[in-house]
Amino acid sequence: MSISRDEIKHIAKLARIELSDTELGKFQADLNKVLGYVEILKTVDTTGVAPLATVTGLENVFREDVAADSGLQKAIIDNAPVKSGRFIKVKKIL
Amino acid sequence: MNDLKYEPVIGLEIHVQLKTRSKMFCASANNPDEAAPNTNICEVCSGQPGSMPVANREAVKKSIMVGLALGCEIPEYSKFDRKNYFYPDLPKGYQISQYDQPLCGKGEVVLGGSKIRITRAHLEEDAGKLIHEGAGSLVDLNRAGVPLLEIVTEPDFRTPAEAKEFLQDLQNIVRYLGVSDADMEKGHLRCDANVSVRRAGEKVLPPYKVEIKNMNSFRAVEAGLDYEIKRQEEALKTGGELLNETRGWDEAKAVTVQQRIKEEAQDYRYFPEPDLPALHFEKGYIEELRRLLPELPAAKRTRFMYEFGLSKKDADVLIADKNLAGFFEQVVSEMQEWAEEEGRQDDIKKFAKLTNNWIVGDFQALLKTTNQDPQDTKITAENLAELIKMIDRGEVSGSAGKKILSVMFEKGGDPSNIAVDEGLGQVSDESEIAAVVEKIISENSSVVADYKSGKKQAIGFLVGKVMAETKGKANPQVVNKILQEKLG
Amino acid sequence: MDYAFATIRELRQALDDKEVSSVELAKFFLARIKKYNPELNAFITITEDEALAQAGDADQAIARGEVGLLTGIPYAAKDLFSTRGIATTAASRILENFLPVYDATTIAKLKEQRAVLLGKTNLDQFAHGSSTETSCYGPSKNPWDSARMPGGSSGGSTAAVAAGLAPFALATETGGSIRQPASLCGISGWKPTYGRTSRFGVIAMTSSTDSIGTVARSAHDLAITAEVLSGHDPKDATTGNVPVMDYSAQLSAGLKGFKIGVPKEYFVEGIEEDVEKRVREAIAVAKDLGAEIVDVDLPLTGFGSLVYAIVTPSEVSSNLSRYDGIRYGHVTAEAKDLFEIYTKSRREGFGDEAKRRIMTGTYALSAGYRDAYYLKAQKVRRLLVQEFEQVFKKVDILLCPSSPNVAIKLGSAADNPLFGYIADQLNIPGALAGLAALSVPCGFGRPKDGEAVELPVGLQIIGPQWGEQKVFQVGHAYQQATDWHKQKPAGFQN
Repeated sequence: MSISRDEIKHIAKLARIELSDTELGKFQADLNKVLGYVEILKTVDTTGVAPLATVTGLENVFREDVAADSGLQKAIIDNAPVKSGRFIKVKKIL
Repeated sequence: MNDLKYEPVIGLEIHVQLKTRSKMFCASANNPDEAAPNTNICEVCSGQPGSMPVANREAVKKSIMVGLALGCEIPEYSKFDRKNYFYPDLPKGYQISQYDQPLCGKGEVVLGGSKIRITRAHLEEDAGKLIHEGAGSLVDLNRAGVPLLEIVTEPDFRTPAEAKEFLQDLQNIVRYLGVSDADMEKGHLRCDANVSVRRAGEKVLPPYKVEIKNMNSFRAVEAGLDYEIKRQEEALKTGGELLNETRGWDEAKAVTVQQRIKEEAQDYRYFPEPDLPALHFEKGYIEELRRLLPELPAAKRTRFMYEFGLSKKDADVLIADKNLAGFFEQVVSEMQEWAEEEGRQDDIKKFAKLTNNWIVGDFQALLKTTNQDPQDTKITAENLAELIKMIDRGEVSGSAGKKILSVMFEKGGDPSNIAVDEGLGQVSDESEIAAVVEKIISENSSVVADYKSGKKQAIGFLVGKVMAETKGKANPQVVNKILQEKLG
Repeated sequence: MDYAFATIRELRQALDDKEVSSVELAKFFLARIKKYNPELNAFITITEDEALAQAGDADQAIARGEVGLLTGIPYAAKDLFSTRGIATTAASRILENFLPVYDATTIAKLKEQRAVLLGKTNLDQFAHGSSTETSCYGPSKNPWDSARMPGGSSGGSTAAVAAGLAPFALATETGGSIRQPASLCGISGWKPTYGRTSRFGVIAMTSSTDSIGTVARSAHDLAITAEVLSGHDPKDATTGNVPVMDYSAQLSAGLKGFKIGVPKEYFVEGIEEDVEKRVREAIAVAKDLGAEIVDVDLPLTGFGSLVYAIVTPSEVSSNLSRYDGIRYGHVTAEAKDLFEIYTKSRREGFGDEAKRRIMTGTYALSAGYRDAYYLKAQKVRRLLVQEFEQVFKKVDILLCPSSPNVAIKLGSAADNPLFGYIADQLNIPGALAGLAALSVPCGFGRPKDGEAVELPVGLQIIGPQWGEQKVFQVGHAYQQATDWHKQKPAGFQN
């Protein structure tokens, strides 16, 4: 069982990272290694075991519904590489 | 071309923007009317490095209330999941949503005669807004992070009208619950539909469904569904094949337009949100929330019809606006008290009908001039009830009552005081009126003669004269009665 | 007093006795940083102006008698901690020149204390690595041998403290990133119980595992930092409500009656001879101090790295999605559409290892694989947690090496195929289970490559969840009986 070139290209697309052919090849090998790990993990009997989501065992952590002004608006907008007035700008869409 | 009969199969996916003070995972203000872009933002909802979410307790509570109102099971455990995809209006590159353990499970709503099954309802955060400008887009994150309740129905609707009615009912339910303003035009209530058609009488679901988006009003939902059903029927009748696709409703052209057929289905790579501990609801908590549910529109409609004898049509008008219905009840409750004092319990349905007429008629017309809520005007429930009692007792005429109502609306005040101040008091005293009637009879012998010789409508002229003599203050019914007695 | 290698306790005393002012201390350390950092490359950003301003405030506070545990004490912060208005890069081009708009909670707590920030330290890019070699600013050097790596990912923080450039530093750990570099640099490091300290404001790697800790010159110093930094944070929903103890108060309880477990799976082949010798000697010291040594088994240990190999990249792939050149950071100059804004900015900004982890994680979570990969790994993880719970019913803490080797030469990781793998065995299971742990220096040893140099060895002390008090107690007892933690590398004397 191993990962195909097409699958790797698809993953790179999902992850939104442009990769060269060499890189695609390199990651193909890496991902095949992961497949190997999974085969080993499959040998562990986890019948009736629930996946661990958090080690703390915490539940029902909430904040109260109170609004507050962060005062960070200008700083946040200023950090954007491209802006237009109070908007953050994206130069291209599709 | 075949002439088989087809029936529509429609399911709805509705997003309700919850009316909380702050956003779902941070303290930024939740204000749908904020005009200045990127105002209600902070490090969390703008996805700054290192920021973390904390769940809004009130949003969870409101969501469960909606689920309870829709008859949904509320599972003991729930959690949040990350839905991963890239788009400029999604600051973290993932949306915190719920995947396989939603807050609300299966439910059911009765609509007219049919049952609409609810598949689930889950809580998630809204994305920001994109405004397209030239080749690019402007990003406004005011809306990013606002709590959204996504309600999914089974494909149980068989007509566009049913779908529209359900949406209107849902709008009313969430307004009654106080969890959302649910104004479609403002985007608090959004609806996408899944539409397919099958041969009439078939039980199996069709092998495809078309998603329709961008229907921004109840009218648009009905029109969009209507169009799409016809389009699909046409296609099938002329031998075409229908596939899964997404189409947008074009309001201007009144058609649905194909959006790009996605080459591959979106892979959201859902996994449990590690930054948010799971939710665990004890039975006691859910029962407590159930007790807190206010009377919902359907129940209120039934009660108005049976307790107050209103017609369904009248009841529908009142319950369509929670505040109007509430005001109606306040006034009726005043009337009920009075009826008991006077020993006139039998008249309560008459009073309810009177109240209904005044509220739905003149009162609502006044409300429209200032766009106020019934509870916010200068007319109190007590005063409106008093006005109705005054008319019932004959102290003022109906038309005088309208004038008093206007004055109360403008300046407030007690109706009996206003009647005195404006000189609108009606005279109903029989002896007083009799005196004037005598005078008019003596001054208009020819008309009297006409009446006595058979021209019954001549009495109108005489009533008019009495009214003019009393400057409009005489109770016309009493005038009529006395004239008839005297003329024989 | 030699301030360069003084402990926090000693500096606190000196400040309170008015022997030295905070401004003097700040200038002192800043001068050392200017002198030694060009070679060491421990710091990415030196915050001279801020440090002097903060030190000035601290002096005024001390004069007023408003003295906290860390008032006026200089420190460094790994460049993953958001510092408002001060460059925070994660050692990555994608955050070049990025200025956070807010402070991480731990930074805010230290500001409240009026501690003094000297600068942001180097790390493996986005914490992906164990040598600082993946930093876009080049690796840091191990102060004990500049041809060797300091370990990672918190290598900059440990190198800074080891070389006497800062009394303590903030660090993070997901799978050994505090313990391993602390061990390689010969200093003490604290990996807190997951949820003991706040992650708010720290650039995320593996959200379910990241632990926010400190490195310093002694277990006692670590206990002091723990008192300041521990506690529930309303902005971090994964922080626990377990009360914060006066960790320093109970330090001297000693080891009599302590049951110490020695897991056989942590002494496998591949561990360097001198490392094993030093650690076994340390265990003997513990026995002499009154502890009972018990052999224990942790049979699931080997699966830890496999779980980690799936869970970590999965969460990383999601946590790194926000770096897209739209709201901050690097954006590509050439994109013909939105798709390319994403793909080219991320191509240009991320290093190899970040890309590798994103690709692996995206794959592990993708349709059809999530159940078999991510969820299966999280199930095995639960078994690991349960295994530790069982062992801690029998013993109070575990002792073992922090790293299977002493520092290896920079650039030689590729020649060491097992590099990282066995180290993972030692650190990862505990990290996945969210346990409390310490690394303390326990001697020196020769590297496997044969070079005739003596390099630091670290003793790892693992406690149960919320077992901070226990690990500090053991670390302190050991440091009362030994003086490995007082050793200093040559070449940094003035």
